[in-house]
Formats: sequence, C-alpha cells, structure tokens
Amino acid sequence: MTRLTRRSFATFLGASALTLAAPATLRAQTGPRLLVIGGGFGGASAARFARMAYPEVAVTLVEPWPTFITCPYGNLILGGKQTLPRITHSYDGLRARGVNVVQDRAIEIDADAKSVRLAGGAVLGYDKLILSPGIALQWGAIEGYDEAAAEVFPHAWMGGDGSQITNLRRQLEALPEGGVVGLAIPANPFRCPPGPYERISMIAHYLKQANPRAKILALDAKEGFSKQGLFQDGWAELYGDMIEWVPGNLDGRIVRVDTENRLFISEFGEEHRVDVGNVIPPQSAATIAIDAGLADETGWVPIDPRTFAARAASDIHVIGDATIAPPMPKSGYVANSTSKVAVAAALSELTGRAAPEDPVFFNTCYSHVGADYGISVVGVYRVTEDGIVETPDSGGISPRGPLSDLAEQRRLEAVYADGWYASITRDMFS
Amino acid sequence: MMKKLGLAIVVGSALSGPMPLMAHEPVTPLIAQACAGCHGQSGEGLGAVPRIAGKDRAVFIATWEAFRAGEKPATIMNRIAPGYTESEVAALADYFSALRAEP
Repeated sequence: MTRLTRRSFATFLGASALTLAAPATLRAQTGPRLLVIGGGFGGASAARFARMAYPEVAVTLVEPWPTFITCPYGNLILGGKQTLPRITHSYDGLRARGVNVVQDRAIEIDADAKSVRLAGGAVLGYDKLILSPGIALQWGAIEGYDEAAAEVFPHAWMGGDGSQITNLRRQLEALPEGGVVGLAIPANPFRCPPGPYERISMIAHYLKQANPRAKILALDAKEGFSKQGLFQDGWAELYGDMIEWVPGNLDGRIVRVDTENRLFISEFGEEHRVDVGNVIPPQSAATIAIDAGLADETGWVPIDPRTFAARAASDIHVIGDATIAPPMPKSGYVANSTSKVAVAAALSELTGRAAPEDPVFFNTCYSHVGADYGISVVGVYRVTEDGIVETPDSGGISPRGPLSDLAEQRRLEAVYADGWYASITRDMFS
Repeated sequence: MMKKLGLAIVVGSALSGPMPLMAHEPVTPLIAQACAGCHGQSGEGLGAVPRIAGKDRAVFIATWEAFRAGEKPATIMNRIAPGYTESEVAALADYFSALRAEP
C-alpha cells in the first residue's frame, strides 16, 4: 500500500494537484465519484441503483468481461432447458443510464490514495468504492486440479466467457451409454449452496431422456446440504436410482484428481473412475480483495453488516460472495439485496442523505429439480448485536410431501423461478 | 408522484429519526428493494410474478396479513410475510399503492 511505483507516484501527484487546485467548486460540478468493481449480481445492481437513486453521483463500473453470463440458470443449460445466449446480459442498459462501464480488470486497490489500478494501466480515483469481486477458485486445493485440469474436468462455477458450462454440456452429450458422471462438491462456505444439487438434478433431467442407464456419482465433502430433504425427495420421485450422493463421513471428500485416467480420489484413497467429471473446488474471495488486505485468515472479507464497509477499510464497501455474512448464503439475491444498502451507506455522507439504520436483507434461492418442479428457500435477515440473524418465524424451505399432493406448488415455484430470473436480471442490467 | 414517493420514504424511515433535506428522492425505499428482485424495481411484475404497483393500500395490507396468517394460498409469500413488521408492511403499502397501476 505504501510502495510508490512511478505510475502511482504520478497519480498521487496528479490527484494532489487536482485536490489543491480544485476545491469545492469542481467537486460540485463533477459530483462524488462511486467506483464499482465487478459487474455481477452485486456490482451491476449497485451501479444501477446508484444511478437511479443518486443521480448526482458519477458511477464507474469496472468489469473484465464484455457481457455477463449468470451462474444462476447455468445449470439449466445442462438440463437442456436454457441456452447460453439467453443467460448472457449486456452492459448497454447500464451505459444508457449513464454508468461509465470500463471493460478492464481491476488489479490493485490503494485504499490510502483511494485509487484502483487496472490491468490496462489506467488508475481510477474514487470517493467511495463498492467492491463486488466474486470468488477465486483454489487451484491445487484438490491435488492435480489446476486450470489445465479444468479443461478436462470443468468446474463451470464462474460465468466467464461461458466456455466452462459449454464444455460440461458437450461432455454430457458425449457420455457413453450407461456412463458415470462424477461431481466433486466442496465443504462450506462456497458460492451458491444449493447450486451443486440443482446441477445434479439438471444433469439427471437430461440423462433421463438422453442416456437413461447413466449414473451420477456426487462426492461431497459435507455431511448435509441446502434444501437436502427437498432435493432428495425430488431425486427419488423423478430419477429413481440414477443419483448416488456420498457424504463426507462416508468418504465423499475428493482430495486428488487424475485427469489422464479420469479418476477422482477420496480422502481415504478410494479411486472413482468417471466418464465425465465436474469438480467444484474450494473457493475464497477474489484475489483483488485478498491482495488489498481486506480478507481475514479464512480467505473471505469481514464486513460491518449494517453498511457492508470492509472491517479493514471504511471507504470500501464489499458485497456479494466475497464477504463473510452468515447466516445469509452466498447467493445472487443476497448480493443484489445488500448492494442497495451498501450504496446507500457509502453515499449518505457524500450526498447528505440519511444512512440506512436498520437494514432488512432478503433472499430467495430457487432451484429447478426437474421439468415443472421448483423448490426454494427464503430468508429475511436483520442486524442485531449478535450480527446478522434470520427474522424469527419467517422464511424457510418449500413444504415437503408426496408429489401427488404438491405438484401444483412445485410447478408454480418453477414458473416463479423464471419470473425471479427475469426480474432480478432486469434489476441489474436494464 | 414524487411527493407521494417522498411521503412513502419518510414513513419508511420514520424509525430512523430526523432526516436532512434531500436533494433527490431515492427511487424505491430500501425496505421495498427486497420486493424488486421478483416483482420488479417499480412493482411492475414480470412473467408469472404479479404486478403490485398501484395496488390499493388497504388491499395490499389485507393480502399481506392473509399471507402472514396462512389464510391465502401461496408458494413463497406465506414464508416472506411473517418476516416483516406491521409498520414495514404499511411502508410497503404506501409505496406500492402510490405507483401507477398500469404499465
């Protein structure tokens, strides 16, 4: 942070000169500067909300990819229910709202100078920073699982350019008749807790039609998972014995992969041969947050739950999957919900508006288990002296019971899930 | 329209004490942002998710309380409704009833 490269020294000089030469008048003309890093569920929602609610604020969004491919609904590509173009979103709507969208990768934050350096060389100053950087995959945490191995055993856990999810779909289409699809699923915490199980469901949905004798072997580092009863009810109802889920206490944790021989190797040395492998590796906050010193020893970023300001830097509000905010899940809806409180908190001082005092955060995670079969978990969260807590006697999961009794509930939840997707992506990008 | 909006916001944040004079009103009060994820930023609804903009204030509250009591068939609103206090529901009703009923 104190190391002065030639470039940052020049920026430092430039910034100081500007500050000295241009006091309140210039500031009033240009308005406060909000910089948003990351154009996903947290960052895009933040940028759009800031433009709508605080029109006097200049908003810049830095995002390396030209378009955003959502992780939610990515599993539906595997199930043959969605296509990549339909879950790809343009930043043009944000540009039309006056957001300065910069396609580049932010690589270094200088919290003292309040500036961010981009891979292309530019340095952007800010008054407040919203950092919504997402996750980093822990290459090597599973022995043998690096970027090259991810071409053989795709993770498909980050949108990126869409090649990961496309790779996995292509491999499923090429699965030998009666072949084995293996999934390696990490311990908590990780992005999208119900995601791996929706993925299992959507793969089964596809295989039931295309390759009905195929098997899905889900090897999990955990003993339990999100909406477990609902998922397992659905698997039994829709897919018979196609799916085998192996929990951590039954040697489900995968510690090594061998791409050449297509093996998943468990903690106690059992070798599982898979025809198609999907490895969802352990994760941390994205590198930029760790490099900036915002993360703690867990690899995730502690925040003040009322403002989402980083504990380590009060002018940087961190939102989305990179944060430590239990019991809220690392979900797109939580990133969207918290982004607005973070923006309001960040801009209150600069704009003279009231800061949010008692924020209420909201989450719904829908999952598709099959055709016309949706389930959900809902949470309404508040901040108390014990941190973030779920509001008592509210939220929770869809009702359980025989499909014959609940077919309409399951059908409607699948339909409402589609409505959620359409609405939340509009709340990010339109 | 903006005046009504402003009123909703003042009601919504009455809990948080005196407010400074505001140059611009937020588009949607923070408490109502939770609704935006499914019902849209202006309560316009999308796909199968119903429009709630322009809903009569009393009907909005009565519907909410029916969800809370489990008296109205629901998929998820019966889980959401008990998570909000009566004054928060009143703020939501103020805001959404003040929006235009038609697209």
